[in-house]
Amino acid sequence: MSNPIIESGNVAAAMAVQLARAEVIAAYPITPQTPVTEKLSELIAAGKMDAEYVAVESEHSAMAVCIGAASAGVRAFTATSSNGLLYMSEQLHWAAGARLPIVMCVVNRAIGAPWSVWNDHQDAISQRDTGWIQIFAKDHQEIVDMTLKAFRLAELVHIPVMVNYDGYYLSHTYMPFEPPDAEHVDAFLPAYTYKHALTPERPESLNTVTLPDARLDVDGIKRGGYMDIRHNLHEEMGKSIEVWEEIDQEFQALFGRGGHPVIDPYRCDDADVVIVAMGSMANQFRVVVDRLRQNDGLKVGILALQMYRPFPSAIIAEALQSARHVMVYEKGLSYGNQGALYGDIKSALYPYPARPRLHNFIAGLGGRAIPTESLYQTMKTACEQDLQTPSAQADAPQWIGLQL
Amino acid sequence: MKTTARTTVLNLTEEEFIHPGNRACSGCGLSILYRVGVKALGRDCIFVVPPSCLTVMQGLYPIAATQMPVLNGTFASTAAIATGVKAAMRRLGRETQVVAWAGDGGTSDIGIQALSGALERGEDIIYICYDNEAYMNTGVQRSGTTPQGSLTTTTPFSGKSEVGKDLPAIIAAHNPAYLATCSASYPLDFHDKLLKAKQIKGLKYLHVQTPCPPGWGIEEHMTVALGRAAVETGLFDLYEIENGRMQLTGPSQQLLAKPTLRPVREYLELQTRFKALGDAQADALQAQVDRRWAGYRDRFR
Repeated sequence: MSNPIIESGNVAAAMAVQLARAEVIAAYPITPQTPVTEKLSELIAAGKMDAEYVAVESEHSAMAVCIGAASAGVRAFTATSSNGLLYMSEQLHWAAGARLPIVMCVVNRAIGAPWSVWNDHQDAISQRDTGWIQIFAKDHQEIVDMTLKAFRLAELVHIPVMVNYDGYYLSHTYMPFEPPDAEHVDAFLPAYTYKHALTPERPESLNTVTLPDARLDVDGIKRGGYMDIRHNLHEEMGKSIEVWEEIDQEFQALFGRGGHPVIDPYRCDDADVVIVAMGSMANQFRVVVDRLRQNDGLKVGILALQMYRPFPSAIIAEALQSARHVMVYEKGLSYGNQGALYGDIKSALYPYPARPRLHNFIAGLGGRAIPTESLYQTMKTACEQDLQTPSAQADAPQWIGLQL
Repeated sequence: MKTTARTTVLNLTEEEFIHPGNRACSGCGLSILYRVGVKALGRDCIFVVPPSCLTVMQGLYPIAATQMPVLNGTFASTAAIATGVKAAMRRLGRETQVVAWAGDGGTSDIGIQALSGALERGEDIIYICYDNEAYMNTGVQRSGTTPQGSLTTTTPFSGKSEVGKDLPAIIAAHNPAYLATCSASYPLDFHDKLLKAKQIKGLKYLHVQTPCPPGWGIEEHMTVALGRAAVETGLFDLYEIENGRMQLTGPSQQLLAKPTLRPVREYLELQTRFKALGDAQADALQAQVDRRWAGYRDRFR
């Protein structure tokens, strides 16, 4: 086991990409992702990483380069944030539809307008239906481990993976973490091979116009139409939850870390009230949970959601079965409706007869501070009122920390 | 270095790289180019194609017309996708040519940013723009290269009021390793320019005027005649730029010896797309050609 180092979250991500031996890296600078790309170009320029760095003129082209490289059978990586992610949105759909195992770090940041360089999750949430697997890290160690595991997952299920971590809270803070040793990483993550890679020896036309109906090929074999191809993506995305769990077990055997790849519950076993959150906010809630239990005798737990797409409905529903109340805190929403995660959790619980009462909180948009004290007070107040608010009102999102 | 027309119909390889029977319109200028162009490129290449008539010509899944690998990508990103494929080839230690092949809309309009980036980086790819002077695949809408006065479905009554972009000049401003203009009506000239491009490192850009019978309003058998008329009237010039030096090539170079060119009206009147073009506009176009060719005669004769 290697020694812990203290570095920023962005450097943690870059180290993982170096360890993963990504071969083509294309990126366009955007705050707060920039240090990832700076670090990777530095590693390549210094000869510490054997890869091609393509300094593209836009995020749209960054993903295009990754699409080209991955289609030719080479491991590709990019990173972005916020409007950069949205600018490549068309390419995200393309990469998923083409089933390319691209890995991308998204350093989560609010979306303009108005401009904000600070953190929330609206960038990733807005791209939830692109067909990408979306995972969320809560600390620096998870950034490293999840990025490595993301390459393995992407290449096993042939679906691109987006590794999300909070801008500034994780990207720019310095925390200790253990970089995995290269030798074990090579055993964990074998070289990428792709049977449909572009090669003149075995020519294939990729992503050609595909008709609504299945059609015979030149050998008389029936090939799916567009809908069949898209159905495969949906089915195999669902199955990737299990693959992610298996990968986590392999990783744990090699590196001694892991065990909670999909959801990471903290003091949830006997909890009457379970908080659900993604990213660094879930770690912040651990302190709140400890205080509520210690000071106020409230049985509260926090369930961190690590995998957002595919949505692990059954796993979440099972984990929330014994709770009386579920409080969903999130940094993004579906405007005019409610928190996106909240809606997903509600829908996951719908088939079950014993459903906890659900409450939705929107926090930290555009970097609005989320003081631990205010999380503690909101939770305490909610629990003391025994959460007696009428259900229609409870269903509407409550905004934490509004100043007007 | 000048291109000499080494290839003739007698020594052009008989080997075909495109399966017979594709979805191009009859009389399609692109189908001439594609068939002959791939003979120059050979089998060790990978194509990158954005939405265009070429997307359709390749065939619909799971049947393909092209015998080489083709990667279809989004409209705006052709040159960037080709960049990624070429980077992969370098990683794999392969010399395989990566050939981006896009239309004028995909190059002069939506794809110009990615192409400008690839030019600035000096990517080692061949980029072919077949310019049929409008969005033909979607049914003849005006594009950046649509010439002034041309009727399209989005300039339906009096024709396009603006002058078309001089795309090769925009590319030339990036100092590519090689730039050539070609015509679908001189496919062997295109063939030999591709042979030359294959030998050059860096970004090679070939801009090919490509007559389109349904889009230009011409009979299917007139495709070649139209492309030739464009060259012979001096409206579309065939040239190369290497190391910043421009040189007329082949048929355009031969025109230098002539005291006058065919009048541009002979070209315009063959097409229904210029029906709305008035006498004054045609005269202005003639004057423009005359000025440009007077300059050529001073420079090159």
